[in-house]
Amino acid sequence: MSVLKLENVKKYYGVKNNITKAVDGISFQVDEGEFVAIMGASGSGKTTLLNCISTIDNVTSGHIYVGREDITEIKEDDMADFRRENLGFIFQDFNLLDTLSIEENISLSLIINHTDVNEMDKRVLDIASKLGISDVLKKFPYEVSGGQKQRCACARALITHPKLILADEPTGALDSKSSRMLLETMRDMNEHLGATILMVTHDTFSASFCKRVLFLKDGKIFNEILRGDKSRKEFFDEIIDVLTLLGGDTENVR
Amino acid sequence: MMLCKLSFKNIRKSFKDYAIYFFTLILGVAIFYVFNAIDSQTVMINVSSSTKEIIQLMNQMLSGVSVFVSFILGFLIIYASRFLIRRRNREFGIYLTLGMSKRKISAILLIETLLIGVLSLVVGLGLGVVLSQFMSLLVANMFEADLTNFQFVFSSSACIKTLGYFSIMYLVVMIFNTVNISRCKLIDLIQANRKSEKVKMKNPYVCIVVFIISAIFLGYAYWRVTGDVESMAYAGEILVIMAIGAISTFFIFWSLSGLLLRIVQSNKKFYYKGLNSFILRQISSKINTTVFSMTTICLMLFITICVLSSALSIKNSMTANLTTLAPADIEIDKNLDLVPNNRVTEAQAEDSHLSVRETLERMDFDVDAYFKDIVDFNVYATNNLTIRDTLGSSFEKIKNQFPNLMYDSAEAIVRESDYNQVASLFHLEPVHLEDDEYVVIADFDSWVMIRDEALKMGESITLNGNVYYPKYEECIDGFLEMSSNHINTGFFVVPDDAVDESIRAQNIMIANYKAETDEEKQEIEDKIVQLDNHPYASSTTISASSKIAIYEGSVGLGACVTFIGLYLGIIFLISCAAILALKELSESSDNRERYTMLRKIGTDEKMIKRALFRQIAIFFLFPLVLAIIHSIFGIMFCNFILETFGNKQLLYSIIMTAIFIVVIYGGYFLVTYFCSKNIIRAH
Repeated sequence: MSVLKLENVKKYYGVKNNITKAVDGISFQVDEGEFVAIMGASGSGKTTLLNCISTIDNVTSGHIYVGREDITEIKEDDMADFRRENLGFIFQDFNLLDTLSIEENISLSLIINHTDVNEMDKRVLDIASKLGISDVLKKFPYEVSGGQKQRCACARALITHPKLILADEPTGALDSKSSRMLLETMRDMNEHLGATILMVTHDTFSASFCKRVLFLKDGKIFNEILRGDKSRKEFFDEIIDVLTLLGGDTENVR
Repeated sequence: MMLCKLSFKNIRKSFKDYAIYFFTLILGVAIFYVFNAIDSQTVMINVSSSTKEIIQLMNQMLSGVSVFVSFILGFLIIYASRFLIRRRNREFGIYLTLGMSKRKISAILLIETLLIGVLSLVVGLGLGVVLSQFMSLLVANMFEADLTNFQFVFSSSACIKTLGYFSIMYLVVMIFNTVNISRCKLIDLIQANRKSEKVKMKNPYVCIVVFIISAIFLGYAYWRVTGDVESMAYAGEILVIMAIGAISTFFIFWSLSGLLLRIVQSNKKFYYKGLNSFILRQISSKINTTVFSMTTICLMLFITICVLSSALSIKNSMTANLTTLAPADIEIDKNLDLVPNNRVTEAQAEDSHLSVRETLERMDFDVDAYFKDIVDFNVYATNNLTIRDTLGSSFEKIKNQFPNLMYDSAEAIVRESDYNQVASLFHLEPVHLEDDEYVVIADFDSWVMIRDEALKMGESITLNGNVYYPKYEECIDGFLEMSSNHINTGFFVVPDDAVDESIRAQNIMIANYKAETDEEKQEIEDKIVQLDNHPYASSTTISASSKIAIYEGSVGLGACVTFIGLYLGIIFLISCAAILALKELSESSDNRERYTMLRKIGTDEKMIKRALFRQIAIFFLFPLVLAIIHSIFGIMFCNFILETFGNKQLLYSIIMTAIFIVVIYGGYFLVTYFCSKNIIRAH
């Protein structure tokens, strides 16, 4: 069953004579339980696409379905409701509130969903133990490591059991060790907790953890490769090959 | 030129941040002008010469207060500009990395300050000129003069004064900014935004202990100014009490900042409801660093409330009592049988054997031609009847309570028949005494208390070997001298034969003018004032107090106090509110990221708006609530000191003060809220 389906989505910026086609007629679909990466150089439109999917930005034309709902038709007022009930977010810069403790940060999405307090405690403890951050729950973001912060962000995204988790360059601010740990966490989330994840990245290493990679160029889908039964290393090489084809942005792949 | 352009663009770009600062400056300039322009305003209203004198005094006081006000505004401006600079650290960092010299950055700031200064002065003066026209109405109303020839007034002296004072303030700010910039390091500027705020949790037990201790101290301070107020021996003590109050206020905020969160957290249902946890964390993260400014603002609000409510009630209470306290047109008195010394000349001593009537005749004033309903009598006093004597056995107790009273001065004594004549003229109750009775007439509250003590004990007095007992167990309300307040500390009314002329001390003449209209009365009044210029005037100690003079005096004094109170109160209020608003706004831009994140994870706008509103409201209310509690006791103390408030007046002035606070403080709150909402809005 498809969790996300895009039909000829376009997003244009600018006025008449000076139009930037950030997203230019993209269609694809993500099924339940998938772990998909969208790759592309800077300016290829991947962040714009993610913003459209996450309802932060609206499309110029086309349709985006999350589950059965067409989010391009949702009214402004209902956006927030839709977002918090269906989507989970993992951002590049963690986006934890520095004034709240880790525990409160995780429960924030439940709070705004008006979840019962006791239920909330249970779920926070459960998800924290799954992601291995039970011992830092009482601490503040500035007191824990970057990897722990990012796992806290994952926990916050996961805790509402969203249909789809959107990750925007999640490893962007992490060192290689923390990156690997986070990606393994996300893979676990995908494989064991059944989370459907759509990740935007320009990092080949990150993309190689996914089951499927879409390549964007100039607002269009340039290529798509599936991991299948290949090892991560083989998949990694394959991605690099495509990137070489894509041209540019290869100097920082290894 | 490049720099100019940059500064200009900077101001335009950050106008939203500057708006409240700019607005405050304009208000400051306008108010400064308005109160300094009262001088010219009063020229055109129709008032008598004695009122003119009071107005002159008021203008002198206002210009004195202006110096103080300029200090407050100066501090406010420096504080605000420091705020705004701190917010732009990153911008300056970028300039520096691009190779701009610090001198040039200072120059940019200089031009900016100059621009804002000139603009605020022009707009503020314009607003001031408009507002001061309304001030004319208020001035005329306060001095109870009719505004016969209303005209547009522009006070060039006030204008020049405002320009001068504010130029100096801006100059100081410029120097301050330059020093500030030249001292800062590039690394700090660039990393300014990246400094993560550490939320230090205070030890809750320490907080509880500190809270209890400071609450006890505060309670002690409260008790000293209300319940225990009589024991205050000297005026300086109030400063000590205020210091205790100020310090405990600081520690109350300090401990509350640590406790608040824990208290609320203990109620999980509430804590996790809506964005409560977020709001509380926001507040507690800031309150740690803002305890000091909270204290300052709380204390300033406290002073504002006390000053405003006292000042507003003085005017009313001063005039409210006048019809009963100055019932006759004129009262003239002179001391009798003086002995010449270094204060009393031979001629005056000579004159002091004459009665008021005789002296007036020597000054060619025909008493019967101008006066009617004349009451003419003597007041007696003897060293055999001092305050100490009349207090009798209650003396020791009273002396403990009020150690500084003059217990050895002689009491004033009036004959029963004389007093009854005065009473009928003053519309007071007459007294009827048996041969061995006396009564005490007094209306000064604390003296009534003292005397009642003695009267309750039935203390007797002895005059000429005869003993007299109190007819009543308390003082009778009344007075002998007309005045604007209840200031009669007490005199004794005794049977007519209890005293003889050997102890006469004062001759008093009370009368009404032989006149029908106000104009005719004023004519007679003027004649009496003219007596001062008579050649005989220097050889007599005669003194007069008339209804008209008392009235003008108290109206003028009341108005004077009201104006100064308004001036200070409004400036204080604006300063407090502006500091809070600037603080809150400068933090809003940090908060923007937090709110953006909340929005991303699906918080709806309504919740966000509510959270922002509550956050700012709590910040504005916190110091106000404590200030109001302080003020309850502060006003009670002022009440005691001034003794003149009737409850009705107090209520009126408190309502007026509340309106001022709601309008100014509330206005700033709303502006802050809307500006913050703008800042955190999705872009």
